[in-house]
Amino acid sequence: MTANLTLVLTASATIGFGVYLMLERSLTRVLVGVVVMSNGVNLLILLSGGPAGRAPIVDDSDPRAMSDPLPQALMLTAIVITLATAAFLLAMAYRSWQLTGHDDVQDDVEDAAIRGLARSDEASDSYDLTLHSAGEDDAAGDSERAP
Amino acid sequence: MSNVLVALPVVLPLFAAGLTLVLSRHPGLQRAVSTLTLTAVAGIAAVLAYQADQHGPQSIWVGAWAEPLGIALVADRLSALMLLVSALVTLAVLVYSIGQGMTDDAESAPLSIYHPSFLVLTAGVSNAFLAGDLFNLFVSFEILLFASYVLLTLGGTEARVRAGTIYVVVNLLSSMLFLIAIAAVYAATGSLNFAQLAGRLDDLSPSVSLVLQLLLLTTFCIKAAVFPLSFWLPDSYPTAPAPVTAVFAGLLTKVGVYAVLRTQSLLFPDSPLTRPLLVAALLTMLVGILGAVAQSDIKRMLSFTLVSHIGYMIFGVGLATVAGFSGAIFYVVHHIMIQTTLFLVLGLVEHRAGSTSLLRLGGVARLAPVLGVLFFVPAMNLAGIPPMSGFLGKVGLSEAGIEAGGPLAYTLVAAGMTTSLLTLYAVAKSWSLAFWRTPEQAHEMAVAIQAEDDRSAGRVRVGPASFGRREMDEARSILDDTNERDLHQRLQAGDLPSRLPRSMVGATVGLVAVTLLLTVVAGPLFAFTDRAANDLLDRSPYISAVLPEELR
Repeated sequence: MTANLTLVLTASATIGFGVYLMLERSLTRVLVGVVVMSNGVNLLILLSGGPAGRAPIVDDSDPRAMSDPLPQALMLTAIVITLATAAFLLAMAYRSWQLTGHDDVQDDVEDAAIRGLARSDEASDSYDLTLHSAGEDDAAGDSERAP
Repeated sequence: MSNVLVALPVVLPLFAAGLTLVLSRHPGLQRAVSTLTLTAVAGIAAVLAYQADQHGPQSIWVGAWAEPLGIALVADRLSALMLLVSALVTLAVLVYSIGQGMTDDAESAPLSIYHPSFLVLTAGVSNAFLAGDLFNLFVSFEILLFASYVLLTLGGTEARVRAGTIYVVVNLLSSMLFLIAIAAVYAATGSLNFAQLAGRLDDLSPSVSLVLQLLLLTTFCIKAAVFPLSFWLPDSYPTAPAPVTAVFAGLLTKVGVYAVLRTQSLLFPDSPLTRPLLVAALLTMLVGILGAVAQSDIKRMLSFTLVSHIGYMIFGVGLATVAGFSGAIFYVVHHIMIQTTLFLVLGLVEHRAGSTSLLRLGGVARLAPVLGVLFFVPAMNLAGIPPMSGFLGKVGLSEAGIEAGGPLAYTLVAAGMTTSLLTLYAVAKSWSLAFWRTPEQAHEMAVAIQAEDDRSAGRVRVGPASFGRREMDEARSILDDTNERDLHQRLQAGDLPSRLPRSMVGATVGLVAVTLLLTVVAGPLFAFTDRAANDLLDRSPYISAVLPEELR
């Protein structure tokens, strides 16, 4: 199968932009990323149908000269699904803005807890503090950590 | 061999979803329609399981297109069994949620949206189990995901929107990946039908088929929450309403496992990726269960055991032997039941005692003895105490591992035992803290933590874990648990609901009974999964049931 280089490059650039935007914090940008990326993915599906040809209408042209209609049908389905997703994400971004004043995708909770511990230089959860008072404990923890 | 019954588990819930939406002003009728539909689906699934077992895989080409062109729905032994189990579980959860909806007040889910979404979710799950081609599988994933987005963010509180954001973004990414995989498969083979792909993928060069397999497996492993693609799960599941969490935990990840199993057995039987899959299974088990041990909330603890036990199923799939597949299928059945049951029980605990946080609970076994039994039995089953089905499933997988031999398989068997023990430890800790100690002890401990916290900003050890103010705040913010008082204070104030709604308890008791029944029928069930596994390895029953002679 030969592929159209222009389409391949366009698709990869579009997916690249999409991934970049999806890595952003704001849900609105993630949404734009999803939409851009899905266009790139749709181009890939179009590509998978092989070279372009005549419209796939029965009795209109020779079947061998037609383009493959199946990927186009798949694309349509994918486009509809992306549309619905975009609507849902928009609603969720709006709700998030209503509740918190921003629409950021938030940190993983465990991650935040671990980062908090690291910042205050505390021992991990399983470290036994009941045996010491708070002050001694820090010293003991430090000496253990730096052998 | 066209069989109309195969389409019904998808069509019925979809129609019923529309009908319940129309009936949103008549909650009574809505409940009747959903319950009847899911009962019918369960009946049809049972008939399909029987037919698939007696007469081979049942299939239908939807839309009367010429044969390789339309959409194929196939129910072989594996699909039919999954369908039956999922129908039973969704029915039980529906009955439970009806009970909850009638008794809960303002904060509960709006029923008018709940029923249609739940039915769409059921249709999506059924369609995923029956799908005979990759694109239909994609569509069914989208159906069930959309319903799950709605169910997860029901009510739109801050915690749910927050959890929903992570869940939606992760699943969007996996959907994109799935579409790319579909484009690649179509470009390489010119077909998306499983039965046709089975023949055509064998002819591809190994490098191309490896790329396709990696794409598909990555997609499905995100859905199934296999380590290292599992981090989204424990953060998003526990915030949803109890019945929603129950059905998500029971079914959605198992759909991913089913897809992995189908890919590995039908599309890539001589897979070069079995070893990486086994390593992933090993890490999933261990990392998941270590996460579970560290949790201070029962719901989060169970979410981590869910991730961990996915490892068992992937272990069976990765072995790629009859015994491995059979053990994996049995374990999927067991785990769907048990995980759903446990989350339903936690819903009851939350309803009765006002929280599922180990910091606030105590003496639930005395407060509500029935609840104690309902938690204890499935919890021990999850940990694999003989003679229950969890134990039998683990024995089946261990035997398969030992039979396969080799250092990796032995390591996995050992890791499976360790995981089982650590699961026992995690559930036993929850049991002794939440059910066994008195509420006064729990209260004193919470006060001590508070005092310690105020004095030194230090941390206090409770059993193996230690808690500080920040953890409590975090836990509260994740779990949408705005109640400041612990069980002891609520008991003193006397504002606990005195009894549990009968249909919630009834549904939970029913599911616990079914999990115990799994132990009784384990022999015939294992025989069934053995036959299903043989079909999977043989591949020809599936292919010949779907494609006419000249197209194979």
